[in-house]
Amino acid sequence: MPSFVITEKCDGCKALDKTACQYICPNDLMVLEPEKKKAYNQEPEQCWECYNCVKICPVQAMEVRHYADIMPLGSSTIPMRSSNDITWTIKFRNQKTIKRFKFPVRTTPEGSIDAFKGKTLPTADDLKKPGFFTAPARTE
Amino acid sequence: MALEREFCKWSFCAKPAVETVETDLLLVGGGMACTGAAVEAAAYAKTLGLKVTLVDKAALDRSGAVAMGLSAINTYVGSENPVNDYVKYVRTDLMGIIREDLVHSLGCHVDISVHDFQDWGLPIWQKDAENHTVDGQVARDEGLPLLKDGGKCCRSGRWQCMINGESYKVIVAEAAKNALGMENIYERVFIVKLLTDKNNSNRVCGAVGFSVREHKTYVFKCKAMIVACGGVVNVFRPRSVGEGQGRAWYPVWNAGSTYAMPAEIGAKMVLMENRFVPARFKDGYGPVGAWFLFFKAQATNAYNEDYMAKNWEQVKAEYPGYADAPGTCLRNHAAMIEMRAGRGPIMMHTDKAMQALAQVLSKKELKHLEAEAWEDFLDMSISAACLWASFNMEPDKVPSEIIPSEPYLLGSHAGCAGLWVSGPSKNYLGAPDDWFWGYDRMTTVEGLFTAGDGVGASGHKFSSGSHAEGRMAAKGAIAFILDHKDDKLEAAQDIDEVIAEIYLPFEIYEKYKDYTTAPEINPNYLLPNQVQTRLQKLMDEYVAGIATMYMTNQIMLEEGLKRLTFLKEDATRLAASDLHMLMRAWEQYHRILAGEAHLRHILFREESRYPGYYYRSDHLAIDDSKWKVFTISQYDMKTNEWKFETKPYVQLVK
Repeated sequence: MPSFVITEKCDGCKALDKTACQYICPNDLMVLEPEKKKAYNQEPEQCWECYNCVKICPVQAMEVRHYADIMPLGSSTIPMRSSNDITWTIKFRNQKTIKRFKFPVRTTPEGSIDAFKGKTLPTADDLKKPGFFTAPARTE
Repeated sequence: MALEREFCKWSFCAKPAVETVETDLLLVGGGMACTGAAVEAAAYAKTLGLKVTLVDKAALDRSGAVAMGLSAINTYVGSENPVNDYVKYVRTDLMGIIREDLVHSLGCHVDISVHDFQDWGLPIWQKDAENHTVDGQVARDEGLPLLKDGGKCCRSGRWQCMINGESYKVIVAEAAKNALGMENIYERVFIVKLLTDKNNSNRVCGAVGFSVREHKTYVFKCKAMIVACGGVVNVFRPRSVGEGQGRAWYPVWNAGSTYAMPAEIGAKMVLMENRFVPARFKDGYGPVGAWFLFFKAQATNAYNEDYMAKNWEQVKAEYPGYADAPGTCLRNHAAMIEMRAGRGPIMMHTDKAMQALAQVLSKKELKHLEAEAWEDFLDMSISAACLWASFNMEPDKVPSEIIPSEPYLLGSHAGCAGLWVSGPSKNYLGAPDDWFWGYDRMTTVEGLFTAGDGVGASGHKFSSGSHAEGRMAAKGAIAFILDHKDDKLEAAQDIDEVIAEIYLPFEIYEKYKDYTTAPEINPNYLLPNQVQTRLQKLMDEYVAGIATMYMTNQIMLEEGLKRLTFLKEDATRLAASDLHMLMRAWEQYHRILAGEAHLRHILFREESRYPGYYYRSDHLAIDDSKWKVFTISQYDMKTNEWKFETKPYVQLVK
């Protein structure tokens, strides 16, 4: 742990060209076990609990069992991220208190960002002047 | 040195494949600074016919300090604030010694990046016509004007604005990817060594690294380079003792590469004694900014005494002239007075703050407020929310503990460690002649630029400022490339030797592993996690970590240096059994160098410039008569010696 893979649910992303959790983990923690074709967290004490593996897993096979040196067992915090929002379901250790929140994550379609759209591309003359190609700098 | 030096002769480990990539501008790192650099450089590259290449040790969508997301943009100057006031705020917070040319020019540019983020799809909270707060999607649905068109953001403090930032990095990365093209981006390649020119040892000309996915080396040859791969995390023993050490406040994968690699080729560093000790929600590291500034929560000692009100007269007397406005380190100091006296824990009264707000808000607004409180954690420090759930704590019912953490080295947040770089132009705002040497944000090594955590003496950039500074550095680097078109560059280093050195931990492991029955215990080598724990312990005990409540002195530092020197020698016996461990081995090596710079700088500066971050018990006061200066160091890898100099601080903004 801290992020863990539920054995029954993980299919090793066999339908995809790469293992999603292994692709995304910023700290290179997720490994696909070659024989069983299941992923696991190889270095739990280096896990930032950033949840990127949990969010990206296409079959919801990943969750987090929080740091053993800090947190009591029994609570859960589960995200469901879509292309424009994220829903969190938080269950307390007491199993009674449940919080649910939904937040937007972006206001444009995935993949659509074109930083050059509608902008005049800069030339060498602009290099030593303040400002970026998208807007001038403040002068004061 | 007692240990016999080992060499990789490829007797025990197979030679990797080598791919050589020629480019004009190389970006090392994939966080806010390099994604900013990528967008700006790509725009110029299009018209000028240049090639720009980015290398990231992780996946660009979720790499760097914003990998998890963020709940606020902490630097947005906005039309209501003069840039000079931003400079004064940074100067106060960093105890009077900053490069005001760097901070001012950043302040003139940072809002452009924020406006671009909103264009690209980052939801930024706004104020509607009735001055109600709406989230970033509602702001778009209701057609409120964008910030660049005069729309009002929701300020949590004077410089901060709230966002729905779960996908902040994904959005910024997408802009960079689409601008640069995936064919120019190398993910999962860890750069560990820089190359210098044969005819000019003070000129960068390339970098070497390895894939953490396949047995393959990458050699990049370039005309200019931006190195911006974050600060240093886990160089000190953390408060956690087990798995929780992954829950560092700053990203656990920040290994000091930004400082170590340039230092190895002689780039000068500045104010490396500075550090950041964030006071955060204990164990989960939830941010406190929104609680203090937005929810107006109060923090107290164990006995409900407001430690700021209680101790501030004392702080003013101890540090005259520096406590007129409460800077980050002095706020820590005021809390530490209570902790040292045994009056901890320090409590954040989230309950009282929310109950007070409940008196004045409607039911709907209150529900929104609760969501805001949780989102503040869920967007950027999810474990802090999980910690509430695991202890059955509801923030509107019970207070939470906050605590100053282990130290971090960085240059973008409330800290100013980093490299000594050129300012934006000659005598910018009347800056001294020697603050500018041709190209914005260029280090003292020709062609080598940095941004974000890399630029020293200029903190409080945060995510937006790091992005903007990456763009400024990109312009500087492209100007450099155009001025040096005809340079014929050739690496001074023997590339085969560099590659052999990079894979030495494989050779050592394979050579010796069968000598013992357990590969973790072997007298011929150390594994990366063993080097890390030794580094953390000595930094903690001798270099003002949590073990001594951030206190050290000359004798302690000298003992620490002795131990660090042994560790540096032992690091030549790092062993690795796979590519993941090889990455860890080089990360530890970078951490050691960054830690050494930090230790030596603290030893050099004979005063306590940053009370609440660290104290020299033998020089407890701030001594402006001698130390209102930039402390600048230079490492010579060949002789393994450090040189120190000082340059006077000059105030540019009155």
